[in-house]
Amino acid sequence: MSQIFHPSTNTISRVSIFAVVLTVGFAGWIAAALDRSSIVTRKNVILEQPVPFSHDHHVGEVGIDCRYCHTSVETSSFAGIPPTSTCMNCHNELFKDSPMLEPVRESFRNGQPIEWTRVHDVPDYVYFNHSIHVAKGIGCTSCHGEIDEMPITWKAESLKMEWCLDCHRDPASQVRPRSEVFNVDWDPSSLSNEQRAQLVDEYHIQSKTSCSTCHR
Amino acid sequence: MSVIQDGGYDRPGIIEKPPVLAPGHTTGSVTDRISEVVTRGTPKWFYPAFGFSFLLMMLLIFSIAKLVFQGTGIWGLNAPVGWGFAIINFVWWIGIGHAGTLISAILLLLRQEWRTSINRFAEAMTLFAVACAGIFPLIHVGRPWLAYWLLPYPNTMGMWPQFRSPLVWDVFAVSTYATVSVLFWYVGLIPDLATLRDRSKNKIAKIIYGMTALGWRNSAKHWHEHEVASLLLAGIATPLVLSVHSVVSFDFAVGIIPGWHATIFPPYFVAGAIFAGFAMVLTLTIPLRSIFNLGDFITQRHLQNMGKVMLATGLIVAYGYGVEIFMAWYSGNPFEWFMVKNRVTGPYKWHWMSLILCNVLAPQALWSRRVRTSALGLWIVSMFVNVGMWMERFIIVVTSLHRDFLPSSWGMYHGTIWDWAIYVGTMGLFLSLLFLFIRFVPMISIFEVRTLLPEAKIKATGHPKEHH
Repeated sequence: MSQIFHPSTNTISRVSIFAVVLTVGFAGWIAAALDRSSIVTRKNVILEQPVPFSHDHHVGEVGIDCRYCHTSVETSSFAGIPPTSTCMNCHNELFKDSPMLEPVRESFRNGQPIEWTRVHDVPDYVYFNHSIHVAKGIGCTSCHGEIDEMPITWKAESLKMEWCLDCHRDPASQVRPRSEVFNVDWDPSSLSNEQRAQLVDEYHIQSKTSCSTCHR
Repeated sequence: MSVIQDGGYDRPGIIEKPPVLAPGHTTGSVTDRISEVVTRGTPKWFYPAFGFSFLLMMLLIFSIAKLVFQGTGIWGLNAPVGWGFAIINFVWWIGIGHAGTLISAILLLLRQEWRTSINRFAEAMTLFAVACAGIFPLIHVGRPWLAYWLLPYPNTMGMWPQFRSPLVWDVFAVSTYATVSVLFWYVGLIPDLATLRDRSKNKIAKIIYGMTALGWRNSAKHWHEHEVASLLLAGIATPLVLSVHSVVSFDFAVGIIPGWHATIFPPYFVAGAIFAGFAMVLTLTIPLRSIFNLGDFITQRHLQNMGKVMLATGLIVAYGYGVEIFMAWYSGNPFEWFMVKNRVTGPYKWHWMSLILCNVLAPQALWSRRVRTSALGLWIVSMFVNVGMWMERFIIVVTSLHRDFLPSSWGMYHGTIWDWAIYVGTMGLFLSLLFLFIRFVPMISIFEVRTLLPEAKIKATGHPKEHH
């Protein structure tokens, strides 16, 4: 009987076993890495906006409080996107001829709101409420990062569920005094672990990790 | 393998038992007869038979596609009966697989030599039944593309599956079962694939069989390692015969629904699985042995033994039904007792009566030697059991759910056309796989049947056998 296979087939077949294991493992690793990368999460990705609004300028340089524009953040699930009239409070005087602000003026003239591109958008099956987080001493920068240094807004965090749970499982890691919630320069290391535990106690913060906390 | 002296040939006894292998065979004739089923070309009947199965399989794919696009609303599920055909069919198919594992693993360890002629076929049946069963848990989640969430892997949700849920235990039980069954079947196939490699005349067939034979050269070392691997796999597979269907029964027994929350469930499910599995082996081998004229290898002895196993496990199942009713009464729990009365006399009473007819009354015919020795008689009883075991799961799932604690939530359940289409479709998948298996792989283990030959026994003097 003639040989069907060349003797090298022995080596090839053994190598192929390892190749399959490595390939499958590598494919899994790639998938896991992709899922966490900004290609999927859009973290740190700059999106096109109708007007290049700069938090760096308005918050960092001018020092406007978050709530001047995001008026409902303390009372509502939605922090609120300011109407054009809020912009015009200042911009009917300042930079009133700047071509960059023409979409704002146009919006003000014809009453059509500016269509901002949404940066932070959790899925519809997630119930998120700004007011409870603010009321329990979670600062703006805990989730939105160094917003006062962003010349255009991007997501500072992935908004993946594991990221939510990091804090929900250990609220002390992000808590700060209520008075510091809107302070973009607040330093998290200024609190000791005992002080954090004390705040958690004082604000009656619970570790909310049941499904229906967020998926109602 | 040490050769069994207490074989089927000249065993003294009051009743002469039929042999496990017809007399007059040699190693050559055994190899010729079994391998020619594969090597002599496709028989004419194969095309319509396979074509029909393939059409049913297309029905399965079409129905699953419809399910994926439209959701589980196309099924008959409703508010009180949230578990329907998907669970019934899952338990039915996974149960059928158990006979293969019992035959290949437990009977191997117990040195039941009659198993050698049917183990290959029964193991293949196990694989295909597990493949059919595996579809249902995946599609019943409603969004099958997310079914991988059942697996524990480092995900971006920061969560593990709920390890306290029997549904997660199912994932592990069934995937372990499928893996071990595939390995066991394939390891057992290697020497026969080498035989086919050597006997094929077609170049492509030689290459394909050659690759799957993994370089088998029939050396004594190969045989030794093969034997060790088979025994180890048998050892691993043996607990699975008991564990898989026990875990499946936990899906019910861990729930607090009357009719489910019972300690009898694991053993009674395992017995039912073996009962159903042997029925399916009989249903399939009886026609196949006559089509391929394999009566020399699958003899009266095999059919009788399988009939006896069916009778024994059928009695355990009947005992299980009795204990369920007794415990419902003895517990004094009004909900349990209501469930039993509702099961027997309620709107599904005809389902229950057909269950008793198929699973309790019909197998009693196997006490008769005339039925056990008649292929037709056995086939008819096995068909009753196939239907009965499906009915049993229907009764357990539906009658327990449809009238639970609150009368305001009572309702009725019926499968829709899509429920039936998917069920019938899995039969198409099963038969398609089975026909391909018969066509391309020896359905009886050639090398193991050779050990049943008288010439194999004469050499058994305690010295290691030599192969060449």
